[in-house]
Amino acid sequence: MSEPLLVVDGVVKEYGVRVRTRALAGVDLSLEEGEFAALIGPSGSGKSTLLNVIGLLDKPTSGRVVLRGTDTSALDDRGLTDLRARTLGFVFQFHHLLPAFTALENVMLPAWAEAGFPSREMGEHAEELLRAVGLADRMRFKSTDLSGGQQQRVAIARALSCKPALVLADEPTGNLDTESSNEVFELLRRFNRERGTTFLVVTHDPRIAERCDRVIEIVDGRIRSDRRLTTAGAPGT
Amino acid sequence: MPFEWFVALRYLRDAKAQTALILAAVSVGVSVIVFLSALIGGLQTSLIQKTLGSQPHVTLHSPREVARPLVDASEDRAIARDVQAASQRLRSIDQWPVAMSDAERVAGVTAASPMIMGAGFAIHSDAKEAVLVQGVDPERFLPIIDLRQRTVAGRFDVSGGNVAIGSTLASDLGVGIGDKVRLETTEGVDDTVTVAGIFTLGNEGADKTWLLTSLRHAQSLYALPGGATTIELKVSDVFLADRVARDVRGRTGLDADSWMKLNAELLSGLSAQSSSKFLIEFFVVLAVALGIASVLIVSVVQKSREIGILRAVGTPRGRVLRIFLIQGGVLGLAGSFLGSGLGALLSKLFEGLAVGPDGKPKFPVQLDAQLFLTATVLATGVGVLAALIPARNASRLDPATAIHNV
Repeated sequence: MSEPLLVVDGVVKEYGVRVRTRALAGVDLSLEEGEFAALIGPSGSGKSTLLNVIGLLDKPTSGRVVLRGTDTSALDDRGLTDLRARTLGFVFQFHHLLPAFTALENVMLPAWAEAGFPSREMGEHAEELLRAVGLADRMRFKSTDLSGGQQQRVAIARALSCKPALVLADEPTGNLDTESSNEVFELLRRFNRERGTTFLVVTHDPRIAERCDRVIEIVDGRIRSDRRLTTAGAPGT
Repeated sequence: MPFEWFVALRYLRDAKAQTALILAAVSVGVSVIVFLSALIGGLQTSLIQKTLGSQPHVTLHSPREVARPLVDASEDRAIARDVQAASQRLRSIDQWPVAMSDAERVAGVTAASPMIMGAGFAIHSDAKEAVLVQGVDPERFLPIIDLRQRTVAGRFDVSGGNVAIGSTLASDLGVGIGDKVRLETTEGVDDTVTVAGIFTLGNEGADKTWLLTSLRHAQSLYALPGGATTIELKVSDVFLADRVARDVRGRTGLDADSWMKLNAELLSGLSAQSSSKFLIEFFVVLAVALGIASVLIVSVVQKSREIGILRAVGTPRGRVLRIFLIQGGVLGLAGSFLGSGLGALLSKLFEGLAVGPDGKPKFPVQLDAQLFLTATVLATGVGVLAALIPARNASRLDPATAIHNV
């Protein structure tokens, strides 16, 4: 493989002006195209901060984030927004669908927001994604009329709507019961397998982490361990 | 549909109660503006029309006579003198046909009429009434004050010893059409004339004193053969009468008075009315703007997480900004349509209520397309402006903070 999809190079993130809190204390990390990695660590270890920095929602205090060969520290807000729209997908813990819109509209929004105008292709792609997450019969439902697991599946479809190279999932199953949790996780794995989409999944749940290809553990803003699991990918289907 | 419009309209539709309330507020505001403008516009037009119905826009007459002492004091000579103010006799404008054609060439003048105006008495049996005798050339005079339309009995005819008189004068003298009236002028000339027409101008002074005869007849009544004491002008824009009067004065050297100078009190009343109208409208617009702004500010706070998500999934700042500007504009536009309808309805209701004894409206309200257009543009513009601050707040939300901290 030529260049890694993502390179995090010596990223430090500090908060506060008077009292400085160091959330990330020099993180080095790279992700190859097609990987399925878990990011674990105790609360307050810097998982979410790292995810925000990688997701270009937050700028590091020092260090670089290179995404598909683009050094993001040189980009302005417009450039970051563009890169985010073209390269990244997000799945949040509390799904964060827009309640005023239907499932289909929610899935279309990222592509629509980037292009400005909707297209037939956009709609077809969104429908295909919703079918893929098993919600063919719920497309016209308002997101508030869906169950928690269904909402999270819509959120996954939305994350994939711009055909991102990297999907960042922040505790995607944290809010779901075991059964829905399994369904959602399998969905992520399937997209990884079938489409080659790279995933970085933040999780508290060791059972979820065990089923990933790679587990990165972060403690006190530093990477403590980074191991590849040989058995990964096999079970669950 | 463009993304911004789609999201903006959906947000408005989704927040039904908020949208309905603020729409009602905008509509009421716009309807107040429409109603007030229609009412005051109608009132002012009708007042001005009434005023101008019995007077020319500009009146020209000879400059007042002044005493010209023959000897003046100088540095080496002091003098004692007693200068008496000159008495003003009735006299013709010097070379009035030239002055009139000069005046007609001034921009804005649409009609000119030479007249003789003098005082006198009209006598019929026991009644003796002071009258203002006006000698006119009907063809030139009628375009300026259309007495033919105001004639209530007989017809407007001033030829061959016929006269037209005001209706109050007619009843004071106790005369009707065809009756003879003796006329005594200040020049000591007596004549007998026939009443051919009686008119009502709605102005008590005119209806009680006016007596119109032909220019030629008046010339002989006041011993001014071929003369004219006054030239009356009509102008195209009544509110430019002052300027026209100044131009005419400059060109002819005559004294020129505009109706605006003669009705300064009415005009200052009207302008005070207009200012209070603008003041009320200003505060209504301000209240509407504050209403729209506060609703949108609350909406931005409520939706900050959603806005954060929109930003995170790749919505540029500019689009977020426009989503809220569009909401403000749409609220203003929709409110102005509803408000225009409501205002028109109110105006018509009012017109139906404020009727004179004859069942006709006392004055017509003035509803025109321009008023609605102004209200629409104003409300939409104010809506967009009011949305500026909330829209800026929304577009500046930090996506990471907005998603995690709400």
